[in-house]
Amino acid sequence: MSSSPQSCFETRGLTKVYGEGDAAVHALRGVDLQIPEGELVVLLGPSGSGKSTLLNILGGLDSASGGSFRFRGEELSEANTSRLTHYRRNHVGFVFQFYNLMPSLTAEENVDLVTEIAPDPMPSLEALDLVGLAERSHHFPAQLSGGEQQRVAIARAIAKRPDVLLCDEPTGALDSATGIRVLRALLDANERTGSTTVIITHNAGVADMADRVLFFRDGDLHEERRNAQRVPPESLTW
Amino acid sequence: MVGLKVLDRKLLRNLRGMAGQGLAIALVIAGGISLFLLMAGMTGSLSETRRTYYERYAFADIWAPVVRAPESLRADIRAIDGVRALETRVRDAALLDMPGMIEPATAEVISLPDHRAPRVNDVHLSEGRLPDPGHRSEVVVLDAFARAHSLAPGDEISATLRGRRVELEVVGVALSPEHVYAIAPGQLVPDDRLFAVLWMSRDALAHATDQDGAFNEAVIRLMPGASEDAVIDTLDRLLAPYGAPGAYGRDLQFSDVFLSSELNQLVTMSRILPPIFLFVAAFLVNVVISRIIAVEREQIGLLKAFGYSDLDVLTHYLKLVGVIGLVGLLLGSGLGIALGRWMAAQYAQYFHFPFLIFRADPTTFLLGALITLIAVLGGAAMAARSAFRLRPAVAMVPAPPADYSRAIGASISKLRLIDPQSRMVLRQLFRFPWRGGLTLLGVAASIMLLVSTLFFLDSMQVMIDTHFYQANRYDVAVSLVEPRERRAFHELARVPGALTAEPYRHVPVRLRHGPREETIALIGVPRDAMLSRTLNAENEPVEAPPGGLVLSADLAADLDVELGEQVEVETTQGRRMVRQLPVSAIITSYIGSVAQMELRALNRLLEEGAVVSGAYLVVDPAQNLALFEELKAAPGVAGVALHSLAAENFKAILDQSLGWSIFVYVLFSGMIALGVIYNSVRITFAERARELASLRVLGFKRGEVAYVLLGEIALLTLLALPVGCLGGIGLAFYLSEAMASDVYRLPFVIHISTFAAAIGVVVVIAIGSGLIVRRQIDRLNLVEVLKTRE
Ligand SMILES: Nc1ncnc2c1ncn2[C@@H]1O[C@H](COP(=O)(O)OP(=O)(O)O)[C@@H](O)[C@H]1O
Ligand SMILES: [Mg+2]
Repeated sequence: MSSSPQSCFETRGLTKVYGEGDAAVHALRGVDLQIPEGELVVLLGPSGSGKSTLLNILGGLDSASGGSFRFRGEELSEANTSRLTHYRRNHVGFVFQFYNLMPSLTAEENVDLVTEIAPDPMPSLEALDLVGLAERSHHFPAQLSGGEQQRVAIARAIAKRPDVLLCDEPTGALDSATGIRVLRALLDANERTGSTTVIITHNAGVADMADRVLFFRDGDLHEERRNAQRVPPESLTW
Repeated sequence: MVGLKVLDRKLLRNLRGMAGQGLAIALVIAGGISLFLLMAGMTGSLSETRRTYYERYAFADIWAPVVRAPESLRADIRAIDGVRALETRVRDAALLDMPGMIEPATAEVISLPDHRAPRVNDVHLSEGRLPDPGHRSEVVVLDAFARAHSLAPGDEISATLRGRRVELEVVGVALSPEHVYAIAPGQLVPDDRLFAVLWMSRDALAHATDQDGAFNEAVIRLMPGASEDAVIDTLDRLLAPYGAPGAYGRDLQFSDVFLSSELNQLVTMSRILPPIFLFVAAFLVNVVISRIIAVEREQIGLLKAFGYSDLDVLTHYLKLVGVIGLVGLLLGSGLGIALGRWMAAQYAQYFHFPFLIFRADPTTFLLGALITLIAVLGGAAMAARSAFRLRPAVAMVPAPPADYSRAIGASISKLRLIDPQSRMVLRQLFRFPWRGGLTLLGVAASIMLLVSTLFFLDSMQVMIDTHFYQANRYDVAVSLVEPRERRAFHELARVPGALTAEPYRHVPVRLRHGPREETIALIGVPRDAMLSRTLNAENEPVEAPPGGLVLSADLAADLDVELGEQVEVETTQGRRMVRQLPVSAIITSYIGSVAQMELRALNRLLEEGAVVSGAYLVVDPAQNLALFEELKAAPGVAGVALHSLAAENFKAILDQSLGWSIFVYVLFSGMIALGVIYNSVRITFAERARELASLRVLGFKRGEVAYVLLGEIALLTLLALPVGCLGGIGLAFYLSEAMASDVYRLPFVIHISTFAAAIGVVVVIAIGSGLIVRRQIDRLNLVEVLKTRE
């Protein structure tokens, strides 16, 4: 047994309730989990099971209703807005299903947005190179395909060398070939920058590329699995 | 909501969602409509009232004053081609000593024919009866004066008429079409206490003024289509031997000139203001509807896929703006009528009609509704066209990201100096130049209106200062019944309280230059006169070589004469003579026209010796009581013009009614800025919520995100400031030209503080709108915005 690495995320009894009274929706019902530093984790589960809710809390986009959430040992469940902004700015990279690029900025400028405010960024072109888009750095989003746009979004997320990279269905809007390119980019980023990476997906096949797979059901962690070996994206059964 | 079709239910929800923006647009529409109703309605009411009043009371077309002409001349005048009705009458001035008032009131005394109503310039009795020819002391008093002094039939008035003290008995109270705007000599705005018109029987007045068997004014009504100029020419020739200074038409009748200039102002403003509001409204409707259609792209595709026709979809959006237009129309109508009533009440203070009701007739309303419809539907139709054209298959696919690659601003990406946020701001502007440009113009229009409205205050202030404090620096002008030798002036200079005195000579003349001719009083003042100065446009005294004529610029323009040219001067009273005089200076006068020359030169010209017509006095206000007591009793004094009081009255009117009107215009102009800026930030926010949320997710602080959003409108507002100020200068210049009349001219002056105030109003509105949206940025729910596909 190797010594267990320091955990990046740790939650205890994490709950999230939307609304109140009869209309209350319990999106998270006391989640306890630990995600070690540097791992690539895939989050699986049926729609509505609370995956996005969890990811948003981990990324500082939303706050929990109860329980505790620590990032590298620091309690963040009670943090205020500007503390969370600071946390996102310095530590977190996000990738969403819809790419959310700035249409008025070129690919490179979209990445610049991040490199200009991050404490220790990589050059924007290097980030674009990592996702295989260095040649298209001067193109505007309208001139890029969906998969390319998503890879720009990944470049934007990794350019700050984030400690954690959170991806909510990054391949959800893409065909399989393009999806594989995107997953490859995420894997490369994880390997080169050492970011702890959490990927939500609908696609159970994707789980094979992870160090750890978390199965969600009804707002709680239902099952956790460790893969002995990561399968490269190109070999995944889609 | 049972019974409502589904689409109409959607319409209601849409409206609820955009209540703030819809209201802002409705307010701009309401601004345009209320101004339109106010101005069109007021113009209509005023001109219609004037028309019926003049018609019913046989208002004259021509006035022909003389010194004294035999009544036998009637037949000759009556025989002039084009004369429909003639009345001869006696008209004179009097001073009244009113209890409870220190100052003397000035009265115009006019004769009424004995035993019948006047055929020209009839009076409207509001109380009592006409004077009985058998009782020479009976008078009818002008309604406004009677009210100011609580006079009623049975009351007595002491007057000095032709230097003789007479006791008069009020038997009636009346209004007349000749005195709609009734002011004392030397005054500019009415002070009802100071000016009276007294109507006496012809017999009584002729007796009191030595005009038995004679008249000193003929008033004439013309046949329809008759030539006024021709009749005036004939009259002048006929009356020349009787000391006629020249007959004149309504264009020189004081009351009508004021009324016309007021109407002219209303018409000028109504041509400028409402269209600006409605253009802005059309633009706003266009922007808002474009936005809604962009958001509802997929819904539109769906509706069409379900089998709704293009027309159904189009009507749906037109209904939406229809509601906004209707709200604007209703608000505007209500506001317009309320403002109209208020304005009519203001007018009633200054213009005395037997009746004046603000009434916007149905055609005006229809026209207002039509204009609203065109503006609103025009703006919407441009936007709705795209919804109309959208094919269902295309509509169901989300719109691709806006393409910024071909916008001019794309090249800015090369400029490394600019940070990405500023680049987003600039590219947004270059990507939608039309919208940005129109927003800029909208804000500029608001500033333009603010500047040109506040310009009136600046201009009037300069007008007052120049006329009352720089050029004419006396408090009181005393006129004598007849020109007298210089000793009379020294007596006037010694009245109680007189600090400084300057004599003047007053001669009615006709000035001719080529085919141009003007009738005016030529004033003689001493060399280096300090109380009645001649100034240029910079308020510097003008040195004029003696012996020449000093003319105000407007008079010189009317005569088409330039400095150094000769003008023919013909005196029309006393010894009649014709002389050629050079124009020795041209001066600036904002109120009235001026023809001056040096007193001694004038006396030499007239060959009458050293005589004066009166004196300008600077007085010690503490001694007003003694001063006016003496003047009221002095036998030789014909009139007392209260100059400093005129200045005060003018300032009061600026502060009160004009101040209020300007406040209303400022409010309305502000409404434009509010409509444009608020809508602009709201829409930009809605369009870019997703980008802003992404920025927040990336770790941008709220202030940094707000910059991306508000930078655009801030930049546009900033650019609009100079454009609006320039537009304001242009509009103010146009207004100063368009509203110039024989009575007064608006000096073209805009103070820095006016620009500052206009800019301040717009900047406050911009900051306010920014803060509202800033709060929304702060509350932006990141998760909500980002999880949905646009
Ligand atoms: N803003 C919200 N308001 C109310 N309910 C919400 C909100 N966001 C998510 N939910 C509910 O919370 C539950 C978990 O949602 P989510 O975390 O998005 O699930 P997943 O990402 O696994 O599909 C669902 O039942 C969803 O309807
Ligand atoms: Mg989800």
